[in-house]
Amino acid sequence: MARVTFEEISAADFFYRNRDIAGFTNPSRAIFAAIRELVENSLDAAESLKIPPDIYVRLSHEGAVGTGTQVYRLRVEDNGIGVPPRHIPSAFGQILFGSKYKLKQQRGTFGLGGKMAILYGQITTHKPACVISSTGMSKIYKYKLMIDIQRNRPLILDRKIMINKTRWRGTIVEFSLEGDYFRAMPKILEYFKQTAMVNPYANLTFVDPKGRLYKFTRVTTEMPDPPKETLPHPYGVDVELLQRLINATPYRNMLEFLRYHFHRVGDKTAQKFLEFSNIRPSKNPKRLSHEEIVRLMHMLKKFKEFLPPDASCLSPLGENLLRAGIVKELKPEFVAVHQRRPATYAGHPFIVEVAIAYGGEIPKKEGFVIYRFANRIPLLYDEASDVSVRVINSMNWRRYKVAPDMPIAILVHICSTKVPYKTVGKEFIADRPEVRREIANGLREVARRLRRFLTRREHVYREKKRLGIFSKYLPKIAQFSTQLAGKEKAPDVKKLLRSVRRFGTEET
Amino acid sequence: MEKRKEVLTSLESLGARIYEQMDKGFFPSIEMPSRSTENIYYDPNVRQFILGGKKVRRSARNIRHLRPFTQLVWTAFFSHELTMHRKTSTLRDVYYSAQAYEMSFKDQQESNNIITDLETVLGLSREDFNIFPEERSAVFGDLTIEYTVPGYEGKRLNLTSHPDCVMIGPDLTSAEFVKTTADKVIAIEKGGLFTRFIEESVHKKFNAILVLTAGQAPRATRHFIRRLNRELKLPVYIFTDGDPWGMHIAMVIISGSANAAHLRELTTPDAKWSGVWATDIVNYKLPTDPLDDVDVKRLYELQRDPRYKDPLWQREIKTFLKIKRKAEQEAFSRYGLTYIVDEYLPAKLEETS
Repeated sequence: MARVTFEEISAADFFYRNRDIAGFTNPSRAIFAAIRELVENSLDAAESLKIPPDIYVRLSHEGAVGTGTQVYRLRVEDNGIGVPPRHIPSAFGQILFGSKYKLKQQRGTFGLGGKMAILYGQITTHKPACVISSTGMSKIYKYKLMIDIQRNRPLILDRKIMINKTRWRGTIVEFSLEGDYFRAMPKILEYFKQTAMVNPYANLTFVDPKGRLYKFTRVTTEMPDPPKETLPHPYGVDVELLQRLINATPYRNMLEFLRYHFHRVGDKTAQKFLEFSNIRPSKNPKRLSHEEIVRLMHMLKKFKEFLPPDASCLSPLGENLLRAGIVKELKPEFVAVHQRRPATYAGHPFIVEVAIAYGGEIPKKEGFVIYRFANRIPLLYDEASDVSVRVINSMNWRRYKVAPDMPIAILVHICSTKVPYKTVGKEFIADRPEVRREIANGLREVARRLRRFLTRREHVYREKKRLGIFSKYLPKIAQFSTQLAGKEKAPDVKKLLRSVRRFGTEET
Repeated sequence: MEKRKEVLTSLESLGARIYEQMDKGFFPSIEMPSRSTENIYYDPNVRQFILGGKKVRRSARNIRHLRPFTQLVWTAFFSHELTMHRKTSTLRDVYYSAQAYEMSFKDQQESNNIITDLETVLGLSREDFNIFPEERSAVFGDLTIEYTVPGYEGKRLNLTSHPDCVMIGPDLTSAEFVKTTADKVIAIEKGGLFTRFIEESVHKKFNAILVLTAGQAPRATRHFIRRLNRELKLPVYIFTDGDPWGMHIAMVIISGSANAAHLRELTTPDAKWSGVWATDIVNYKLPTDPLDDVDVKRLYELQRDPRYKDPLWQREIKTFLKIKRKAEQEAFSRYGLTYIVDEYLPAKLEETS
């Protein structure tokens, strides 16, 4: 009989063994994921202070490993909020430690990405990572770290404190990793371009291993309002969350417990709910039995009168910024943007923003160019599985005068406290009916505007053509009839040409 | 000479009409008889198709008319130039000349249609304003003509002087007839037989002017035959294949076509179709081919056609339908190369004169 051994593994160990689920599948995906995670952390770090981000990314070649796979050194600098010195080791050397376990919209949600990248660098090159950060106070801290994978603890190899003469604020992360840049290059460049599109207030600089410089310059310093933290909405809770709230609550009765720990629950709603679920308002939440907690969760989901979550915890880009980003990166002839009103799925608020752009630098190809974003992160893989693509494909585009060969780009941005990703790799969004409906309605709106544009353009084109025919032939009729009649001077056709110009068809 | 003046005046007044409308600030428009099938009637008095009273208006105000209208004015202008300078042009040539004026026609058909429009507007035929089709029909026989075209004025030619015959082109059509010893005209559908007739000296033996129609006779040829008939008082006999298409070649020379319903002086109502008849096929026991479906369909069409109401035509159509056979002119060769000239021709001329 074989002996089965049981052992506990740390979070770091778990992700070390299962790095595929975090997107570090192969050398090409890994280098893409590493850059992406660090850039996103940097953007979040700047945006939380409403500072227009300045992000510098450098990837340099360190040595060869095998065919294709090389060792690179990645350096990401930002002007963000900085990390307080005592948190630096854990923030960069301990998996699932971080500032992102709160209910507000953020790019990262697991506090996993940046550390996964560093972890990946460590297991492929066995070199320490270097983190330099300052919150803009008098000192700059520099750490050399490794992750103790089995214990999920940071190992500090070296620590330096420097005087911050220039009052620099921000974070620099630098480490080595294996990767295949040349296979990943198209996706990485696409990533920067699309990131620039939905972050028009950011300066992004990327220097690749060949020394090529890619620069995406901001067109505005206006930024969306940062999201506010929010309480959980009753529809979105589970037993575990209830248990935690009960353990932590200072309140001694159910009425107050509901009022102060849940989003959009006031006195009246709390009373109605307790009546509905047959719970005494004066009951002490700490006395709830396990069965009662399970029942409470089910009742919370069943009660129809909770107000939907509000969107203050969300930070959509807004129509103006979205337009600015698209105009900046695609230079289209026409663009329509539309922000849907906040909606919810399973107690999580979300907002869908969509845009449709026509012409300009958008390539003409069979089908649309589709840009997908979630919390301002470009989604570049698994396009076909994404809900947006399904919605786009199910629409009858001919109704909107759209022909398959038109240069059209469609952008769908969903922001939420919990984006319904299907994988930890954050690659595509699951097909939830509520989300699907919002995307579909948003797309219909911008598609209608595109149709108006196309109709008008066609009208102007036809009118121009009509006038063109008159101005081509009338002078000829004048000329030939003059010669035929043996006259000297041709009759004036200007008046006739003016009269065929229809009202409201001025040159456009 | 007179005709040329009339043509020039007619074109100039068309130009003046358009010029004045435009000069007064109006969109110019032209009215002309409609050439649609509902407006084509057979007139038994003049024995040809004519256009009815329906008119169409082409206006430069209408975007769909604008291009054809301009093309019409250009064609009028171009025809005026041709007539003025005594130059001629073919239909094909007109099509290309237009491009020099940035007046390109979509295709030959379009330019031909516009020329027909101009004919309708003016009531003249395109030959009058010096536009001719490609030459393909020919004439041979003792007829002396005198050219009127520039460079050849007064020059005379006897139409037997070229053994390969003379093409019926614009210069010949406009030439004066000086003298002839012939007492009849024989029109022949096919080049093979026409050559045989010349070799066998039909023109001498029968005192005839021979005209090759080369299939459906071009308008210039139809006009030429009419002139031979009218001016020289020569009876005209037409020999075609013994099938509905051959019949119709003869009929168009006699009574004209629907396509030319807007024109006069193209018909020779007294001309005779002398063969090959359906009854000839029976009587001469000619080698035959069976009638195709299209042949039969065509026969039924002709049976209803007002031009075919005479008993002779009706009898021949019925005979074709009965025997369900057709024969070409060459079929006579089964009786030897000269049989057609020695036996058939005199018999038929006798029969139809």
